[in-house]
Amino acid sequence: MKTKSLIYYALISSIFLFSLVSIWKILVTLQGIELKNFNFAIIITLGIAISLLNTLIGDKLNYIIKSTFFALIFTFIDGYIVQLMPVWYNIGIFGILIFFSLKINKYNQKYLATEHSSQIVVFDFLTLFGIVLFSFVILFPFYMMLITSFKTQATLLINPLDFSINFNQDFKALFKSYFVIFDTYKFGRYILISTFVSVGTVIVTLLFAIPAAYAVARLNFFGKNFLSTSILIIYMFPAIVLVIPLYTVFSQLGLRNSVGGLLIVYTATTLPVAIYMLQGYFRSIPKELEEAAIMDKLNWFGIIIKIILPLSIPAISSVALYVFMIAWNEFLFSLMFLDNPNSFTLSRAIQYLSGDAETPRQYLMAGSVVVTIPVLLIFVYFEKYLVSGLTAGSVKG
Amino acid sequence: MSDTLSKIEKRTAYILILPAVFLVFSIILFPIFANVWISFKEVGLKDIRIPEPRAKKIVKSIKDNPDQLKVIYKLRNSSLILEIRDVKFQDKLPKNIKPINLDERCRVKSNKIYCEFGNWEAKYKENFQILLKSSDGKELNKKELKTIKPKLTGKSDNILLNTNFTLKNFKKVFFQNEFFELLSTTFYYTFFGTIGSIVFGILTAQLVNQKFFGRTFMRSVLLFPYVGPVVALAYTWELLLDPYSGTLNNLLMNFQVIQEPLNLLGQKYLTVNFFGFDLKLRLALTTVIIFEIWRYFPLAFLFILARLQAVPKELYEAAEVDGAGPLQKFINITLPQITAVISILFMIRFIWNFNKFEDIFLLTGGASGTRTLPINVYEQGFTISDIGMGSAVSIVIVALLLIFMFIYFKLIGKRADEN
Repeated sequence: MKTKSLIYYALISSIFLFSLVSIWKILVTLQGIELKNFNFAIIITLGIAISLLNTLIGDKLNYIIKSTFFALIFTFIDGYIVQLMPVWYNIGIFGILIFFSLKINKYNQKYLATEHSSQIVVFDFLTLFGIVLFSFVILFPFYMMLITSFKTQATLLINPLDFSINFNQDFKALFKSYFVIFDTYKFGRYILISTFVSVGTVIVTLLFAIPAAYAVARLNFFGKNFLSTSILIIYMFPAIVLVIPLYTVFSQLGLRNSVGGLLIVYTATTLPVAIYMLQGYFRSIPKELEEAAIMDKLNWFGIIIKIILPLSIPAISSVALYVFMIAWNEFLFSLMFLDNPNSFTLSRAIQYLSGDAETPRQYLMAGSVVVTIPVLLIFVYFEKYLVSGLTAGSVKG
Repeated sequence: MSDTLSKIEKRTAYILILPAVFLVFSIILFPIFANVWISFKEVGLKDIRIPEPRAKKIVKSIKDNPDQLKVIYKLRNSSLILEIRDVKFQDKLPKNIKPINLDERCRVKSNKIYCEFGNWEAKYKENFQILLKSSDGKELNKKELKTIKPKLTGKSDNILLNTNFTLKNFKKVFFQNEFFELLSTTFYYTFFGTIGSIVFGILTAQLVNQKFFGRTFMRSVLLFPYVGPVVALAYTWELLLDPYSGTLNNLLMNFQVIQEPLNLLGQKYLTVNFFGFDLKLRLALTTVIIFEIWRYFPLAFLFILARLQAVPKELYEAAEVDGAGPLQKFINITLPQITAVISILFMIRFIWNFNKFEDIFLLTGGASGTRTLPINVYEQGFTISDIGMGSAVSIVIVALLLIFMFIYFKLIGKRADEN
């Protein structure tokens, strides 16, 4: 056993333990329990002691007994001696400690004596630490959004740290914010408009992009290379430089405040990436299939419908989902083009809500939940397709 | 034979690409060129409405004279700035009605009144009257008269189409707009946002590239900030960071990390005492950058992860045989494998962060030292209502973008040559 490895291991594991316990304490504080201190010194000392004991005991004790023993000691000191805490808090701490002791179980004296063990220990714990920290930092805003939508303005102002939800109230009271945004603020209508615009954009984009991508991928024509490089360059131009001319032209043509105008703009802005993604896939389809079709006297329409489309369902789904996501989340153009509440999309409606300082925040968050949930559900369900779409299209965003 | 075939092929290709090219041209390329045009003009938001001749029709019955009606047209020029030339008026009358004592600018032809009002200057207003009389003695139908709407036409200048150009906008952009402050804020935001998202992308990709329980779940979760709608996420962060009722400040105060709440989005500078030196930190800008990193590191993560998974396992195994530790493996194998991806990512993200509008707009609206060039486009065009200025700032953005893209394609070309 190397002393250096042992010191590294004891320090980094106790810091990891401290971060786990601290996150638990934050979550507990948000349930309205008074906790004023992370007790850095005590937790770190306990962590170091447990880590050292673990290495010292090694395999002399069954690992289950060992873990339970560590967990019980820690829970007792933290939850009864330092500060008396409710049982459910202690159960959480107990669980964390069991997890922690099982993780450190493998670092016995033999392990710490191997080459590079100090580095490996640091890397292992940094990985664990990273997983816990990133999950927390990413999920916390979503968690807050959801919880806030179930609270009331008064309770939020009295104690902003109280995230507990009273499940004993009846259904109507619990979901009050949602009832309000659908009844008073016409969110049902906005969902329909957003869906219409997004689905419409997907359909129109595909109608325009599939033939164009096929031409770029397969046919020879003058200006082909120029076209395929300009697709990418055009794609790099941001919406903000298009806004003023489009605004003026759309105003003069009377296309502002129309869902159709929005649909045209969304289609045009997503077309380059759709063509780019599709032509890449079309190129990978063996040419022989089409040659056979030409022998059968199919024209280009027939080739696209009968051969290309059935073979490129995965690519088309990726493009469709990616375009849907862009159109659903789009904000700048809907802000510019829509100022009549009758033709708002969801994003625009939420921004409009927040413009009124009187709007209680739980309504704002309920609206945010409503606009976020569909995208996240689609994402989780079709993750495979969306990830390939994101990777290909991620030059933009 | 093959000649005609290739002709058919060409024709088919043009038919196939034409709709897409047309749409992209009219919605993306045309506006970019239109920006150049508008940026040399003095145009306000109110100028872009085309002046229209308008008439409001009021029908009144006349006392003591039931078989006559008075129609008043409230005529006006909708524009406060521009005149309308050759205004022509047309209104239809029901069959049994004839006008009496008609204004000399008008004439009647087969139940229709035609008038020529000549030119209307800006803000022009007139109450124009016609007396009507029944021609067959029957009672006049007021309702029927009201439902017929008059038609007016006129010619007017479209301020966007004339050829008066000026350099005023560009002078203002460079000399009266705190241009260098704007530019430095934009670069600060872009640079640190890009670097941050790439660093976190590398870290998370390295994490997920290892085997652990819940790895696929972790991968989905890491992409949430990018997939979620920006409006929802920005407002959630705003609530989270609120100085008085926000969760973050209250948590930090609860655990005695800070004594006073921090106005993370509303305070321009934070003075930090660092070993006796007072350092001024751009607080709101830093917060906005952190949001930006939070939202866009998933893209870097996705790219780098895809690259990492393509690194042959033998490389790592060989390194292990040679006695390399994890750190050496990371520095000597992983990093060289991902440098190409990172440089491409850097360029792409740099260009995109440079143009980011929504995030800052929703979080701070450009206040407290977070005004970047894209925010300035919006402010000039729609807050100050100076369309010409807004376009001029857009042109500056496009010019800078073209420079970035030139560098980007140069680098990619170089890389392609190397391989």
